[in-house]
Amino acid sequence: MRHLLSAGDLDRDEATLILDTAAELAQVGDRAVKKLPTLRGRTVVNLFYEDSTRTRTSFELAAKRLSADVINFSAKGSSVSKGESLKDTALTLQAMGADGVVIRHSASGAAHRLAGWVDGSVLNAGDGTHEHPTQALLDAFTMRSRLGRLEGLRVAVVGDILHSRVARSNVLLLTTLGAHVTLVAPPTLLPVSVGTWPCEVSYDLDEVLPKTDVVMMLRVQAERMRDSFFPSVREYSRNYGLDGERLERMPSDAIVMHPGPMVRGMEISAEVADSPRCTVTEQVANGVSLRMAVLYLLLGGS
Amino acid sequence: MHARKQTKDDNGTAVSASSPEAPEGTRAVLDGNEINRALTRIAHEVLERTKGGQDVTLLGIPSRGAPLARRLARRIERVEELDVPTGSLDITMYRDDLRMAPARALGRTEIPAGGLDDRVVVLVDDVLFSGRTVRAALDALGDLGRPRAVQLAVLVDRGHRELPIRADYVGKNLPTSLRESVTVQLEETDGHDAVLLGPARASSTGTLRAGSRSLPETTEGDA
Repeated sequence: MRHLLSAGDLDRDEATLILDTAAELAQVGDRAVKKLPTLRGRTVVNLFYEDSTRTRTSFELAAKRLSADVINFSAKGSSVSKGESLKDTALTLQAMGADGVVIRHSASGAAHRLAGWVDGSVLNAGDGTHEHPTQALLDAFTMRSRLGRLEGLRVAVVGDILHSRVARSNVLLLTTLGAHVTLVAPPTLLPVSVGTWPCEVSYDLDEVLPKTDVVMMLRVQAERMRDSFFPSVREYSRNYGLDGERLERMPSDAIVMHPGPMVRGMEISAEVADSPRCTVTEQVANGVSLRMAVLYLLLGGS
Repeated sequence: MHARKQTKDDNGTAVSASSPEAPEGTRAVLDGNEINRALTRIAHEVLERTKGGQDVTLLGIPSRGAPLARRLARRIERVEELDVPTGSLDITMYRDDLRMAPARALGRTEIPAGGLDDRVVVLVDDVLFSGRTVRAALDALGDLGRPRAVQLAVLVDRGHRELPIRADYVGKNLPTSLRESVTVQLEETDGHDAVLLGPARASSTGTLRAGSRSLPETTEGDA
């Protein structure tokens, strides 16, 4: 494994190795010295063309806990805003000797292109509406630590599937790990090619919930929408939002996940967001351990 | 050596004392009984050196140091009726040869509930060779707490140190050549107890020097 570009590139053994490594590295957060010397002298560049707080800080903290030098490079306030192309930026980073590049870009496939231009490892931190593999890995990690297994788990991913790179990565990874995924969304928010994905599709949330162990709520990505995809926010929320009443209808040990940022009152009610069955903050904490595992496995060896 | 004698292991189950036939080209230097005796002696030595073992915490270095530490704890318990906090300390992230091989899977680190501050930590490993594993373990300990003292117990000391490190408790001193390999097999990990001496296993990368702990001569890195 040299790059992490797509959750679909991981086979079951590789994905399990990442999750097991993350489980060991989770202990580092509880220690007196929250740092390991493993990546001393290595340089990780965070190349963020899109706004992000959670993912960027998570990657930054993970790299720093492994003693790597971290350079944050965001499109605003850099030569990118002066018109530099992705390739020229990549070659600049290459010349500076970056061992790993974490990239987020609004164009699908950006991470893949970058991997062809630089010698170091490329980690996809979200490319357009394509993939976000570390998010899927941390979601799988959270499910495994909460419910003890992934094999045979029934997972429902609900909301704006069309614009969600999280949904695509999760479908690919969870299927590899033996879980069954059902996508739930209005027909307008499903990609055309969804029939070729290894999952089931439903338009009816109430029908899916009672037979679901994990429900993952996605934010409606209004910033990517140029058309009108549903009549009103109220109608969307009524049909596809998760409230206390709907949570009641799920199995008693079922959990609610959300990749963040949440829009309370839209896809998730405040009551559900604050319930102990909602794992949002846990996902953030697990994200650091998981990204440490990925950075170690990609950059730690020869 | 070929007579099979029934004996009891630490769990009280009957096990075959002599190891099965040593693989082609290797020679058993310690059998199950001899390993048990060495561990019993080390347990007594730990109690003696630490004046009753009140502050002792045992930390095994995975993979085979961890079961050895648990065996040692059971023996100390039997002698002094003393519950010794026992855990494991994975040193993978502290190795000095990480860049010479693909990234390795991590072993378990379990620090006993009381922590390590002001304890006498006894590190337990199967084979002491270059000393680099122990150097890594000392670095790891520094990030986990501040023990009052750190001691080292090993089942086999095969010599060829590359760092100023020595063991406080040694099961067996085994003079070896760099061309030989020492393999420790334990009931918990391999199904039976034995220490085997054999020719060096073929190394996949020719660049590995005697210095690196990923050397095939030790049992480390097999996991």
